[in-house]
Amino acid sequence: MAEPLIEARSLVKRFDSFVAVDGIDIDVQPGEAFGFLGPNGAGKTSTMRMIGCVSPVSAGSLTIFGLDPRLDGRDIRSRIGVVPQMDQLDAELTVEENLIIYARYFDIKKGEARRRTSDLLDFVQLTEKAGDKVDHLSGGQKRRVSIARSLISEPELLLLDEPTTGLDPQARHVLWDRLYRLKERGATLVLTTHFMDEAEQLCDRLVVMDRGKIVAEGSPRSLISQYSTREVLEMRFGRDRNKEHLDEVEAVGERVEVLPDRLLVYAADGEGVLATLRERNVVPDSALVRRSSLEDVFLRLTGRSLAD
Amino acid sequence: MTLTATTRSSMVTRIIPDVLFDVRRPQRLIERSVMVYRRSPMVIFSGFFEPLFYLLSMRVGLSSLIGDVEVGGRLVPYAEFVAPGLMASAAMNGAVFDSTMNVFHKWKHARLYDSLLATPLSAGDVAVGEIGFAVLRGVLYSGAFLVTMLALAMVQSPWMILSLPACALIGSAFAAMGMACTTFMRSWADFEYVPAVTLPLFLFSATFYPVSSYGDWSWVLQLSPLYHGVALVRAANLGEFSIGVLGHLAVLVSVTVIGVAVTARRIETLLLK
Repeated sequence: MAEPLIEARSLVKRFDSFVAVDGIDIDVQPGEAFGFLGPNGAGKTSTMRMIGCVSPVSAGSLTIFGLDPRLDGRDIRSRIGVVPQMDQLDAELTVEENLIIYARYFDIKKGEARRRTSDLLDFVQLTEKAGDKVDHLSGGQKRRVSIARSLISEPELLLLDEPTTGLDPQARHVLWDRLYRLKERGATLVLTTHFMDEAEQLCDRLVVMDRGKIVAEGSPRSLISQYSTREVLEMRFGRDRNKEHLDEVEAVGERVEVLPDRLLVYAADGEGVLATLRERNVVPDSALVRRSSLEDVFLRLTGRSLAD
Repeated sequence: MTLTATTRSSMVTRIIPDVLFDVRRPQRLIERSVMVYRRSPMVIFSGFFEPLFYLLSMRVGLSSLIGDVEVGGRLVPYAEFVAPGLMASAAMNGAVFDSTMNVFHKWKHARLYDSLLATPLSAGDVAVGEIGFAVLRGVLYSGAFLVTMLALAMVQSPWMILSLPACALIGSAFAAMGMACTTFMRSWADFEYVPAVTLPLFLFSATFYPVSSYGDWSWVLQLSPLYHGVALVRAANLGEFSIGVLGHLAVLVSVTVIGVAVTARRIETLLLK
């Protein structure tokens, strides 16, 4: 196996007495799409900031490209692209100027900066917006400019912090498509997300983080098969009545989670379980059988849903 | 006592913090500011009208009332006495404006520096680059003054050309102090204090009357960086340089170094946490 692009051992980030990242180990291989999945406050952004060399490591070790952020921060930053959680585009400049000046921060010559800018605006489908001030763009367009900007230095590693948070479904799909193309070209992507569908779509491998710790690691599929069943039966019995049938449901399902508004029954065959329950006169107001997702993995591991 | 190389370098880093040794591409920030102002040059050029009106009012009105003033054993018309003071103040004002309000906006509202620090630029680059542009702005305003003075035949000596580097130094000192103070500002309300500092400096830095008028209180002038700047520009205008010039230079250079160092450290502790 090649030398990992990112290697962290017992990595810790502390802010005064608060421990944001509590001793995590990570290896990210070149060409991999690696995800941090977890709710807000899990320590994802703190980890990303340490990898991006804009936040000092409190304890443990971290190397990126085999370099130490404390000593070689500038060199590391020159080889990575960053898409921050909030778009930090330069509001005083146009879309095109944003990319050109960003290239200049990386010491890229002006002619080359212009050439790459026009290629990248084409890639994110914003060529016709080149001369617009960034303030006039929609949320999805701004995010695409951020992605184009992060690619201007042709980085070996791309860090994306919640790339699609706050975007409408259509904008998310456009963005996923562009990120997927980058992946196909062999780019190494590291992203954080609290959307399980995003993690399933984009990540080859991911870690589930909760309260500063890694609680599980693997490919989306292996995590689902390890921590969940093939299918999930969701049943609603009406307000406050979900617990009434708990005993009967637990007798047929592999595992049951009680949420405030519904019961989740984990089983290989969801329809089969529903039919058995109906035979036993357990009839929910509504029922839905779906495939297991990372949301279920997260619920199993932490007892909480990602949206909390 | 002899200093070995290692103790000398550690002494240097004790006086001048490490961040200042990590300055490689501050010019990129100036490049960015030029890109921004290229589209709205009037924002900068409006600063040109101020000196013209000031000098005309001094020349037409006050000079005839006040008469000549003695500087360095020489009598000069009041307008020509006061012009170097105004020129030095223009450098201060341009630099302070840019390094306080403009920097605050970019820091807190536009979050510009957060995105810059994710690139190969360092905290030192950001500090030196932003201060550098504020200096350019100050020098531009001072240059407008010089041109106006030339046009009104108020320049006494060809040495006056040295007033431009002097104004660059004044701009550096005030931009560095201004940006350092801005890193401590919490909201726009805190900017009320800026004129509370710059206005007295403008009025009481031997700008409008000679040092001798301050009598027993003339030592207070030493505390004003602008006084040292005014003294330099005035010396350039008369073409008469004394050993005191070195003292004035030393004060302005020290203020600049301290301001840049504090700014860079603040950027590190506030944005790279």
